[in-house]
Amino acid sequence: MENLVNLSYIVASILFVFGIKMLGNAATARKGNLLSSVGMGLAILVTLLESGLDLKLVIAALLVGSVIGFVAAKRVQMTGMPELVALFNGFGGLASLLVGWAEYQRISHATTETVLGKIANAVDTAFVDMDAFTATVTVLAILIGGITFTGSMYAWGKLSGKLGGRALTFPAQKAFNALLALGIIVTGIVFAFDPTGSLGYPMLITVIVLSLLLGIFAVMPIGGGDMPVVISLLNSCSGLAACAAGFVIQNNVLIVAGCLVGASGLILTVIMCKAMNRTLVNVLFSGFGASAQSTGGTSTGEMKPVSVEDAYYILEAAKNVIVIPGYGMAVAQAQHAVKELGEILEENGCEIRYAIHPVAGRMPGHMNVLLAEADVPYEQLCEMDDVNPTIEMVDVAIVIGANDVVNPAAADDPSSPIYGMPIINAHKAKTTFCLKRGKGAGFSGLENALFTAPNTRMIYGDAKATVTGLVAQFKDS
Amino acid sequence: MELTLLLFIFVLAAFLGFELIAKVPSQLHTPLMSGSNAISGITVVGAILAIKTGSDSLSVWLGFAAIVLATINVVGGYMVTDRMLGMFKKKK
Repeated sequence: MENLVNLSYIVASILFVFGIKMLGNAATARKGNLLSSVGMGLAILVTLLESGLDLKLVIAALLVGSVIGFVAAKRVQMTGMPELVALFNGFGGLASLLVGWAEYQRISHATTETVLGKIANAVDTAFVDMDAFTATVTVLAILIGGITFTGSMYAWGKLSGKLGGRALTFPAQKAFNALLALGIIVTGIVFAFDPTGSLGYPMLITVIVLSLLLGIFAVMPIGGGDMPVVISLLNSCSGLAACAAGFVIQNNVLIVAGCLVGASGLILTVIMCKAMNRTLVNVLFSGFGASAQSTGGTSTGEMKPVSVEDAYYILEAAKNVIVIPGYGMAVAQAQHAVKELGEILEENGCEIRYAIHPVAGRMPGHMNVLLAEADVPYEQLCEMDDVNPTIEMVDVAIVIGANDVVNPAAADDPSSPIYGMPIINAHKAKTTFCLKRGKGAGFSGLENALFTAPNTRMIYGDAKATVTGLVAQFKDS
Repeated sequence: MELTLLLFIFVLAAFLGFELIAKVPSQLHTPLMSGSNAISGITVVGAILAIKTGSDSLSVWLGFAAIVLATINVVGGYMVTDRMLGMFKKKK
């Protein structure tokens, strides 16, 4: 039986490896996801064969979780995807924390409560004792799992607008976080030296509480625009937490699968950081976007509004249009209207493309998901580097709810906090329309010189209403 | 299982993970993330093993909660990824 279980774990691991590999390729992605789910099913099934399990409880728990997961996945709107991913992430992290805790509870209970444990304690504590290594990985599972949980929950709160999207900073925040981290390390070490001693449980609970706090305070100073990095990093962490839990219970499939997720999540995080030309450390600790910009980038020009009707005349004559979507498109749920506008423009003999910045939106690939939901043809989506070289040829660039990713300050204002970030050069198009809710600064709180550029026209109002209005103009004529 | 062996597995898996997705088209960033997120729910295996008959009630309930949470992560993660990838597929 032992062999069967372990062999099945190996098969499951192989399926995970192929699954992740195939997820990285458009043609095979769906099959890859299916393969990895088969691997997961197999791993769960053979685990149920383990002797001595309270199967009724286990299956009840599996059913409850499946129903909740099923309903959540069925009911979520594509615009709510970042929140849902954050939520799932947090649950995974918390589960790993609980696994670490439950294992400690089992061991410490055995050493203190049962007869065998009492004898063992009296004779030699090391007999049923937790060794220093297991104690260390237990702390790690709890630490990483705890940070993943509350960090994801906080990110979820930010993404769903419940906590406000802005970065929150307070004096000596870094020092406070460092103190929290130090506290965890110290209590962790004390715990690891004598995990089953009288100090063991209090220390463990302290680690749990401090880790949960650290998750909140670590995500707090990170602004909404940096969410793609945070989400993918937390994803990586949930894998590492599972991996640490695998060390606690000495289970190889947890170690392999958790580690694969940790590594691939880290790669995605690095891709996101590169897209912003910032380091991970900078994203995590700079408190970016906490306050309105104080230096540089003071805009001199006026924003020039234009009516939907006038915008229509310009679009009607355009032969080459690009759409640059951002988080605002997701908020306004404008993707279907945008797709309709794209179709009408095409019928009008115009070439339409969608320029997608790697960090547009609130999670990696956010805009791709929304436009795919609206059935925008894949060939019309292009990446930043494909659009920029020929952007001068573009008659109209329509910026829908994007801000930082088209802010020219990133290219030419060394004092700007986003200086150095690659942007889509919307300001170089012949005409640029910016769809914006109001006149205020964007999510990051930065001034955007694009809005006051000579060839930019602002269209104020809800993005969906504006785009629908444009479509109506085309239909009426 | 022997400790060094576990560490050995860990290191190899880390290298494998880094090699697996060297270059991913941006279109797949979200599915890759939510798909791998579902895999991180593998911790459900650890949670199941925590519910042994004869375990004390606290560890049983901790395990129970862990199974529920990890299963939400697994089932929801896979399904939502499949839903997304299904949307990508529709186009030719």
